[in-house]
Amino acid sequence: MTTTTYREAVRTALREALTRDSRTFLMGEDVGRYGGTYACSKGLIDEFGPERVRDAPLSESAFVGAGIGAAMAGMRPIVEIMTVNFSLLALDQIVNNAATLRHMSGGQFSVPLVIRMATGAGRQVAAQHSHSLECWYAHIPGIRVLAPGTLEDARGMLWTALQDPDPVVIFEHAALYNMEGELPDTAGPVDIERAAVRRPGRDVTLIAFGANLHKAMEAARLLAAEKIEAEVIDLRSLRPLDDATIMASVRKTRRAVVIDEAWRTGSLAAEVSARVMEQAFYDLDAPVGRVCTEEVPIPYPKHLEDAALPQPEKIVAAVKAQLGARA
Amino acid sequence: MAVTKRAAKPGAKSAPASAEELMAHYRHMLLIRRFEEKAGQMYGMGLIGGFCHLYLGQEAVVVGMQAALKPGDSVITSYRDHGHMLACDMDPKGVMAELTGRIGGYSKGKGGSMHMFSREKGFYGGHGIVGAQVPLGTGLAFAHKYKEDGGVSATYLGDGAVNQGQVYEAFNMAALWRLPAVYVIENNKYGMGTSVERASARTDLYQRGQAYGIPGEQVDGMDVLEVKAAGEKAIAHARGGKGPYILEMMTYRYRGHSMSDPAKYRPKDELARMREEHDPIDRLRAELMEWGVADEAALKAVDKEVKEIVTAAAEFAQNSPEPDPKELYTDVLVEA
Ligand SMILES: Cc1ncc(C[n+]2csc(CCOP(=O)(O)OP(=O)(O)O)c2C)c(N)n1
Ligand SMILES: [Mg+2]
Repeated sequence: MTTTTYREAVRTALREALTRDSRTFLMGEDVGRYGGTYACSKGLIDEFGPERVRDAPLSESAFVGAGIGAAMAGMRPIVEIMTVNFSLLALDQIVNNAATLRHMSGGQFSVPLVIRMATGAGRQVAAQHSHSLECWYAHIPGIRVLAPGTLEDARGMLWTALQDPDPVVIFEHAALYNMEGELPDTAGPVDIERAAVRRPGRDVTLIAFGANLHKAMEAARLLAAEKIEAEVIDLRSLRPLDDATIMASVRKTRRAVVIDEAWRTGSLAAEVSARVMEQAFYDLDAPVGRVCTEEVPIPYPKHLEDAALPQPEKIVAAVKAQLGARA
Repeated sequence: MAVTKRAAKPGAKSAPASAEELMAHYRHMLLIRRFEEKAGQMYGMGLIGGFCHLYLGQEAVVVGMQAALKPGDSVITSYRDHGHMLACDMDPKGVMAELTGRIGGYSKGKGGSMHMFSREKGFYGGHGIVGAQVPLGTGLAFAHKYKEDGGVSATYLGDGAVNQGQVYEAFNMAALWRLPAVYVIENNKYGMGTSVERASARTDLYQRGQAYGIPGEQVDGMDVLEVKAAGEKAIAHARGGKGPYILEMMTYRYRGHSMSDPAKYRPKDELARMREEHDPIDRLRAELMEWGVADEAALKAVDKEVKEIVTAAAEFAQNSPEPDPKELYTDVLVEA
C-alpha cells in the first residue's frame, strides 16, 4: 500500500498510458510546461517530451477536433480540457463529430479518443466556472462517460478507456484532486462497466458519483449514528448506466435517494430515478428522492454556494423524509 | 494650465497633455496599484476566495484607454477586471466589497472577482470564459451603431484569448458591418503558464485583423501617454464610421496568473527587469518631476489620498453584510 492522492493517481495513469502505447499523446492547455492546471501532468513533459505532452493554444474547439481527427487516423489521444466549463466551446466537436463518426461512416471509422476534464463546484469560483454538466454528455449516444470518484478509479479507468475503440469522456471532480488515501502497489486498470457498492446497508440506497460519492458516504455515517443503515452506490459509469447494480440494491432496501451536483431538471438524478420507477416500482416503499443543486447559477460567497450544493445534511434529511413515508 | 510636451523621444506619438490630466493619470494608475496590492493581501488573509487575477503591472493600459474614451462609450473585458473597473470610475468600495462577496459589492457579492458590472459607468463585465467577451463587445458596438448614439465599444482580451475561434468570427462581423469597435489586446506575454511564443504561430498580434482589413497597431502598454495617443487614434477611427481597430498593448503582469500561481515558468530576471526598467507608474512619476508638473510633496499627497481610498474600500468590504441566504434565489430570471 502507498499513501497517495487522486491527483497522483491520475498522473500515474497518464504515465502508464504514455509508456505502454506510443500512439498515445496528451494534449491540452498548460498540460506540459505548467504541469496541468491541477498539476496532474506535472513532470510528464520531461519524461515524454513536448511532442507527446503537448501544450495547446487556448482553442478548445480546434484541439478537441484535432484530437478526434488524430484518433480517426489511428492515434490514441488523451485530450485534456481544463474544466467542463470550457468544454462548451468544444461541445460541437464532441457531440456532432466524436459521437457520430462510427455511425455515419457505417462502421468504417472509430474515434478511440479519451477526453478528460475537471468538473464541479465548491471552490467559490462563481457562475461560469462551477458547472456540473456530466448529464449533457451522458445524454449522447456514441460516447461513453465515466466519473472516477475514488483513487482506484482515478488510477485505473484511463487505460481501460483508452482500449475502448469509441470516445470516452472522463470527469474528474476538482474537489477530489487533493483527496488522500491508500492505493495498493499493484493498482492498475479497472473495469468501466459496473457501478460499485461502496458501503453495504439495508435501509436505503444512496446513489451518487464523483465527489458527491463522499458526501453520500458522510451522510451514511451520520445516518448510522441513528441506526439507519444506508447502502451507497457509486455509479462510476454515467453512460451506459449499470441498471442491474442499482436495481439489485433498491430491491433490497426498497428506498432510494439520488445525489447529483447537477441542477435537478433534466439531471442524471432524473434519469436514474426514472429507471428505478420503470424497473423497480413495485419494490419501492417510497418515491425516489433526489438531492441536487438548487436551480440557480452558482454564487461566489461561500455560504450561498454551500447552500446551493448537495450536502450530507440535505441527504440525511431526504432519507428521513423517505423513512417518514414508511411510517 | 501648463501644457507639457512629451520629452523629445524619437518617434514619440504622445499627444500633449495638461498638468491636470497627467496628475489624474498618475493618481488613477496608483489607485489601481494600491488597490490590487490590498486585494492580494486580503486574499492571503482569507477575506477573498475563489479565483483572483491581479492587474499589477498593466495599469497604464486601462488608464490610457479610459482617458481616450468618452462618457457613453462601452467597456468589456475578461476576469482580470479590477483595473478596468477602477479606470471606469466605479467605486473602489463596491469593487472591493464584491471581492469579499458582500452585499455592498457591484453584483451584491454574487459574482466575486471575475464578475462585476456597472450599467451606470458603461462597464459590461467581468467575464470568465476566455475570449467570450469579444462577441459581446462586438454586440455593444452594433448597438452603438444601430442607435446612432455616437458611442464606441472597447473590448479587452488577452494574448491567450486571441487563439479562440470566436474572436475571428467577431472580427469579421465587425469589419463587415463597420462597427465602432476597438479591440484592445493586452499582451502580457503569458496566457496562464504558456508564453505567447509557445501559443501563437505569429506573435505580432496586432496583425490578427489583417484578413478582415482591420488596421492594427502595436503600442508600448507600459507608457500611459503612448496608450492614450494610440487609443485616441483608434477610437477616432471607429467613431468616425471607419469600422473596427485593433491595438496590441505590450505589457506585463507582475504576479502569477491568479493567486494560486507562483509563476515559476518565467525566466528568472524577467519580472525584475520589467519592474525596474518599465514600470508605468515609476515612469510617469519621474516624468512628472522632470517636467515640473509635480514635486515630491505633491506626489506624496497623491500617495496619501490613494492610500486612504483603498483603506476605506477595504474597511467597507469587510463591514458590508454578507448577502442574505434568500439572495441565493434572486436575480435568476426577472422577479415578478
Ligand atoms: C475557454 C477557456 N479556456 C480556458 C480557460 C482557463 N483560463 C483562464 S485564463 C487563461 C489564460 C488566458 O490568458 P490571456 O488571454 O493571455 O489573459 P491574461 O490572463 O494574461 O490576462 C486560461 C487558460 C478559460 N477561462 N476559458
Ligand atoms: Mg496574457
